[in-house]
Amino acid sequence: MSAALALEQALNGVQLGVMLFLAAAGLTLIFGVMGLINLAHGALFMTGAYACAFLTRETGSFWLGLAGGALAAAAAGAAVELLVVRRLYGRDHLDQVLATFALALIFSDAARWIFGPQPLWLDPPAALSGAVPLPGGGAYPAYRLAIIVAGLAAAAGLHALIARTRLGMRIRAGESDREMVAALGVNVALLYTAVFALGAGLAGFAGAMVGALRSVQADMGEPVLILAFVVIVIGGVGSVKGAFAGAMLVGVTDTMGRALLPALFARIWDPATAAGAGAAVASMLIYMLMAAVLVLRPKGLFPADG
Amino acid sequence: MKKRILGAALAAIVAAGGAAADPTRIGMITTLSGGGAHLGVDVRDGFQLALEQAGRKDVELIVRDDARKPDMAKSLADEMIQKDKVAILTGIIWSNLAMAVVPSAVRQGVFYISPNAGPSALAGRGCHRNYFNVAWQNDDLHAAMGAYMKAQGFKRPFILAPNYPAGTDALTGFKSTFGADVGGELYTKLGQTDYAAEIARIRASDADSVFFFLPGGMGIAFLKQYAGAGMTLPVFGPAFSFDEVILGAVGDAAIGARNTSQWAYDLDNAANRAFVEAFRKTHGRTPTLYASQGYDAARLILSALDAADPVKEPDAFREALRAARFESVRGKFRFGPNHHPIQDIYVREVVPGDGKPTNRLIGVAMRDRQDAYAAQCRM
Repeated sequence: MSAALALEQALNGVQLGVMLFLAAAGLTLIFGVMGLINLAHGALFMTGAYACAFLTRETGSFWLGLAGGALAAAAAGAAVELLVVRRLYGRDHLDQVLATFALALIFSDAARWIFGPQPLWLDPPAALSGAVPLPGGGAYPAYRLAIIVAGLAAAAGLHALIARTRLGMRIRAGESDREMVAALGVNVALLYTAVFALGAGLAGFAGAMVGALRSVQADMGEPVLILAFVVIVIGGVGSVKGAFAGAMLVGVTDTMGRALLPALFARIWDPATAAGAGAAVASMLIYMLMAAVLVLRPKGLFPADG
Repeated sequence: MKKRILGAALAAIVAAGGAAADPTRIGMITTLSGGGAHLGVDVRDGFQLALEQAGRKDVELIVRDDARKPDMAKSLADEMIQKDKVAILTGIIWSNLAMAVVPSAVRQGVFYISPNAGPSALAGRGCHRNYFNVAWQNDDLHAAMGAYMKAQGFKRPFILAPNYPAGTDALTGFKSTFGADVGGELYTKLGQTDYAAEIARIRASDADSVFFFLPGGMGIAFLKQYAGAGMTLPVFGPAFSFDEVILGAVGDAAIGARNTSQWAYDLDNAANRAFVEAFRKTHGRTPTLYASQGYDAARLILSALDAADPVKEPDAFREALRAARFESVRGKFRFGPNHHPIQDIYVREVVPGDGKPTNRLIGVAMRDRQDAYAAQCRM
């Protein structure tokens, strides 16, 4: 593999990684602070994408659509927390899974009902439509580069929010001892709604950015939700740092697997068999990674409670 | 009182049962949601257009969405065969779904008329007297493009397709005419929407062209990302990668691409002119090849229904299907011994159109193409 190709594939891996981090950060925060397993998180990702596609079409501005996508997902998250999820904190995980799975189904059917069963297609903004030359003779799509920058900025912002601000202090306090935070007079109800809306907003932001790259459709949340769970299990459930590490690991492993395995297998088998086997093993690779991490570190790379 | 209601209900059931036995029921299982939705929508719309034009009251069509899920398609087929008592099944777009449904359906005595999926397994050793494919065998359009690209002097095409039965058929078909020496070959996941890793590999290869089979939403995502990555190698594919819906979503980035098809909306024959005009009038859009396949499937079934009843006289109905006495929008059309078409395959080029690019017929890639599996079929 040439240096230019390696660089391009590494960037592809990082781009997938930051997208997964934005989707997984909310999932892990919500579990860490409220102890809730939220299967509707993929639906919030989809909400951001649909809101972005709708606003971009209505206003003609992708940037308004992007901001609107994140805000709409955050608002949907806050509404879901206030109306449904609030009643689930005291229940066991099975009840939570059932209720949030129902929410996921309601969201995707609502999207089909409002926007139709066919996908919506969204173009990246004209300013980011071309490719940027890379050192070594390669090139890289400007829009994907922008996703990397925006995702890393969001990760840095989230880190600063949690480490430096009063809200972040309360989030950290909530993660280590929920009852004590309430006893100290913090408005826990408001804190929970804020955390849920923050996580939903990040997922919606990721959905809106990815929507322009791929397509906007009602079932786009499911695969992202599954990958986000893989990410937080690898990283350590409840840990934002772990989610970042896990997302990068999954993003790079998945991309490199798709890039390298078929070529590797081609040394053993004929090209047709190698291409088929390579594609099959590449799609399993992240699950093998998860299994390996769980064998070596059952609580993930960065366990939240220790 | 209770008894009277029960009696009335019974009478209603008997009446409904009696009435339902009369019309011929056709079950359509197709993809109407998700990234592959426009394929199923066009098959359905083409099929329904033919039924409406025929104006027959004795044919009832039941349409259900399989969401491109094999288990869903299988359970819909069981429901239609057992509960709705359909005589004919049709509609499936994806070969992996066809493999889940067709073999058991035809063994139960139901006729299956495929308007799209044509996996090699059902054309060769797995052929069946009750299975007819009115579209093509999966390899056909790809084999035609392999022959065309070889004739055009391309040496090292990079070829890619999704990893499912029609994907492997596609690349096998392409190499059967082009030769095995290609610039690169890879399989992607079915339904994949991000092609960054694949595009990077194409860029780094020494390929002189790209041949891809990515139907539906996959093709839209790939072409958009391919253009966004600043790639300039000429692209080729079967018509599935460049249908009118894909071209509408991708826009000018697709101009210049060439693709092979057994049908084109600007193909000049009377049946086709009437079909394209009627479809545009009813639906306000140009039909894709999927619509033409749905239309031909319905017209084939109607032509056989004129001759025999599929439930009472299955053998005569089968013979009538085999004779294919209908005017195909493709022009001449006949079935080979394995119930797959023998037909011409055309080349089309994507040109700027009215608001969005469109396909224009530019020539013939292969005459009287018959699939490579016909000899393996013993009925």
